[in-house]
Amino acid sequence: MKIALNGVSARHPAAKPDAPDAIRDLSVEIANGEQVAIIGASGSGKTTLLHVLACALKPTRGSLQLNGADPWSQSTSDLQRTRGKLFLAPQVPPLPPRQRVVTAVLAGRLPNQSLIASLRSLFYPSGIGLAEAALARFDLAEKLFERVDRLSGGERQRVGLARSLVSDASLFLVDEPLSALDPTRSTQAISSLTNGAKERGATLVCTLHQVDTALASFPRIIGLREGLLAFDLPATRVTDELLRSLYANKLDELTGAAPAHEDLAQTPLPAVMHCR
Amino acid sequence: MSDAVAFAALPDRRDPAWRIRVFWFVAAIVIAWPMFVATEFKPWVLVEGSALKSTLKFAGDFFPPKIEGSFLSMVARETWRTVAIATAGIALALLIAIPLTLISVRVLSISGLTGRMNAMPAAIRYAVRALLIVLRSVPELIWALVFVRVVGLGPTAGVLAIALTYGGMLGKVYAEILESGEPHATTSLLRNGSGRLQAFFYGLLPQNAAEITSYTVYRWECAIRSSAVLGFVGAGGLGQQMDTSMKMFNGSEVATMLLVFMALVWLADYASAWLRRSLA
Repeated sequence: MKIALNGVSARHPAAKPDAPDAIRDLSVEIANGEQVAIIGASGSGKTTLLHVLACALKPTRGSLQLNGADPWSQSTSDLQRTRGKLFLAPQVPPLPPRQRVVTAVLAGRLPNQSLIASLRSLFYPSGIGLAEAALARFDLAEKLFERVDRLSGGERQRVGLARSLVSDASLFLVDEPLSALDPTRSTQAISSLTNGAKERGATLVCTLHQVDTALASFPRIIGLREGLLAFDLPATRVTDELLRSLYANKLDELTGAAPAHEDLAQTPLPAVMHCR
Repeated sequence: MSDAVAFAALPDRRDPAWRIRVFWFVAAIVIAWPMFVATEFKPWVLVEGSALKSTLKFAGDFFPPKIEGSFLSMVARETWRTVAIATAGIALALLIAIPLTLISVRVLSISGLTGRMNAMPAAIRYAVRALLIVLRSVPELIWALVFVRVVGLGPTAGVLAIALTYGGMLGKVYAEILESGEPHATTSLLRNGSGRLQAFFYGLLPQNAAEITSYTVYRWECAIRSSAVLGFVGAGGLGQQMDTSMKMFNGSEVATMLLVFMALVWLADYASAWLRRSLA
């Protein structure tokens, strides 16, 4: 899928009205089948940018074009069909704890499935082999029929990534896929993602906190700083100097571990009032 | 004693929370007092001589519970009918509640994903909530009185009364359970282009299944108790028999039926615990 961002600003709907937009005046073009890593310190707008690309967040200004069409001028049902061609993998794997791994992975196919077919798949999973193959890419084939709450944090994250491989999407948007993985697993997970995207000719956009991994695995790097585009360069031309200025004041993040995730949707949940 | 402490204590400062605590304590009394007056709250009349005597006489009639063969078989038949009223009532209530819940739950809104819901779906959700309020704000006793006039004396009136009131309650509480759970799995599915019902079955339901089940079983238990009350207005089941025995001052029959009710509630409790365990 081809992406064109033109002067896009965006903010979370629950953000304070006087807070500045999380990303501002961003213009980027990504060609079909390209693989791009977005790097930047925490709070620089990486996740917001990913959500804008996933049509999960409407730009406050500027325009987003996917394959030459503006998704936000479509009707709600057409927009939902467009979303079915995108795959957004959030940083925290969105898996219900009581679900089995096979069901959680096959949920990636829902947009291309009729309601009847997806309900039948709850009784007897259709596409077990597909799910197992996707899990095998992340070394999890033996967990196929386990329940999600029996898995470790890192295993859950990899299940969330395996879901992307069964989906029919032509654009993968992956948010911090390595935040719960150790270095060996990280290498494997990133190559599974990049190869998976390459095999089907899908575009891959990935936010990353691990700068070395980004430079080693992605041909093109976008650096964000405080919501603005800092640079957009081939990986070979990203210098230490650029990185230091990108992470100015937050140098510890350049070398240290990824910070705990900050979910966009932090609206407080209402308390349950059971009329008992 | 104080030689273990190497420093002198400072003078005690005022606890800043003290004043607000006193305020709420006084406010609670001021608010509660008129309510006690209005409800003629005089618990001591219960232990005054004459009242105590009639209470003891009434309670004394309860012993021993009646365990005569033909009476017991009648109780068994009516118990079965009571369970059937409650179960059929809950089943109909689910038919009302589930679609209304699915319409009114905010988490399953596609337009609500990106901030504000569109005007049309928001209005529909509001209308459904209003409908649920209407359904449950009329007590099942009133519904039963209405239906006894419409369909005549018997269990049908009880079933319909329970279905309407409980449909309203289940719809409201299901929506609250679904909205207070972790929405991450559901919103992710919707963001990736799934349909609402697909997101419900693959995200929202597995996330909240245990809560929903235990609340439903609890409501079934309530429906059994409620069918006893409905029997008093002629809606059939064990309640109607209890009404008859009460009117004949036959305490031992009432006692047997109360024991049956306790057994049913215990059973519901057990079923709920078992279901929760197997879903946990």
